Amino acid sequence: MTDAPLKQTPLAAVHRAMGARMVEFGGWDMPVQYRGIIEEHRAVRTAAGLFDLGHMGQVEVTGPDAAAFLNWVATNDVATLAEGHAQYALLCRDNGGVIDDILIYALHSWFLVVVNASNTDKDVRWLLARRAERTGLNVAVRDISAATMMLALQGPRAATILQPLTDLALDPLPAFGCAEGTVDGVAAIVARTGYTGEDGFELYFPPEHAERLWTALLAAGEPHGLLPIGLGARDTLRLEAKMALYGHELTETINPYEARLGWAVKLDKGDFIGRTALTAIDAAGPARKLVGFKMVGRGVPRADYPLVHDGEAVGHVTSGTMSPTLGEAIGLGLVRSDLAGVGRPLHILIRERPVEAVQVPTPFYRRPKRDA
Amino acid sequence: MATPTDRGYTKEHEWALVAGDVATIGITDHAQDALGDIVFLELPEVGRVLARDEPLGVVESVKAVSDIYAPLGGEVIEVNQAAMAGPEIVNTDPYTAGWLLRLRLSDPTEVDQLLSAAAYEAVTEGE
Repeated sequence: MTDAPLKQTPLAAVHRAMGARMVEFGGWDMPVQYRGIIEEHRAVRTAAGLFDLGHMGQVEVTGPDAAAFLNWVATNDVATLAEGHAQYALLCRDNGGVIDDILIYALHSWFLVVVNASNTDKDVRWLLARRAERTGLNVAVRDISAATMMLALQGPRAATILQPLTDLALDPLPAFGCAEGTVDGVAAIVARTGYTGEDGFELYFPPEHAERLWTALLAAGEPHGLLPIGLGARDTLRLEAKMALYGHELTETINPYEARLGWAVKLDKGDFIGRTALTAIDAAGPARKLVGFKMVGRGVPRADYPLVHDGEAVGHVTSGTMSPTLGEAIGLGLVRSDLAGVGRPLHILIRERPVEAVQVPTPFYRRPKRDA
Repeated sequence: MATPTDRGYTKEHEWALVAGDVATIGITDHAQDALGDIVFLELPEVGRVLARDEPLGVVESVKAVSDIYAPLGGEVIEVNQAAMAGPEIVNTDPYTAGWLLRLRLSDPTEVDQLLSAAAYEAVTEGE
């Protein structure tokens, strides 16, 4: 364990002043909750929540061959990514193991790649090394994490709260759309992306304005029921929406097909890192599959709890919790492929006793359709 | 929330309220606050005999599983079914409606080993 002090976002002191309980995450000092995880979770589902995401990493990719470079390192087809849109993709190794899951934003004349906090150093080193290998490509790759602050505003009231503060028209901005404009007069990228399963926005802007935008958004959102949200609720929200958390549903020893992310892998787009291995895995079918389940017996599934069948270990839980929205214990797990299937049972080993669960369709929660 | 003076405490943040040879057991306000939103309780079956300090079950919050230890030895005679069904009561009323279980004490002299409210408060101040 390193003795290095935890990294702080520009808002660390603000969180403490608000009474947040802080926790270490990926080397960062982050708020896990302010009022309480369940209250914060419900606020995002019914009104809105504001998240400090200053710990996440950002990489700038520019140059005439930027798209070609990204198409080499990422599994999705960047050639189909139009300006003003974002795309979910994976960075894989030659053997198909996942280095990270990322969002690629196509902006005017450049790409913004957003990576997980826990993987920023690894991803930057990987991208710079791959860039160095591609001597024929005219592309520049730069780590801009220190120069980029990130906030997320998520929930059914997010657009109502944000619109008066931005010069961008939010109504026509589609899901996964992105644009450069201003928020509270500050130059920012506004993207209709998020990690909660609700409508919402992720904002990228210079870190010196962090406190200003945090305060402005909280003030604008207060009459709408906006709350600040910690990492605790961030996790329960994404799990209900069946979104992967790196280190759980994705690791270097999990491939995209096991994680049910084959849709983000475009084998026919041309060559890319991992293509050979991924083609073989896709053809043979993955040995394990990520499934969603609800508990039938009493118990809460947690990451790393074994899955058992006829007395043998057949997999493990990757994430689990008591779902605040559903009021039931839910989980995701990797199980031997022949045992996977909606409606089929699973047994979770909880403190040495097998407890029954049933596989269910995912996501566990889908936001209601709303009129525009 | 003030620490009630009518009962004894342990360093593991449990309390025991003794009447005759029956003890009602729960977790303290400090414990429920540290845990955050409590979402699940695993408690022993009626009839099980516990030794003092034996792990008797768990209290689970959204993010974590926390062991509970028997502050006193005895036979489980009742478990709080309302708390099992609605564990948030342990957050809101840890000393009253949020009790966890009742024991018939095996050795009432063990009560002398519990911490007083003042001694327990000193423990939590040190944390």
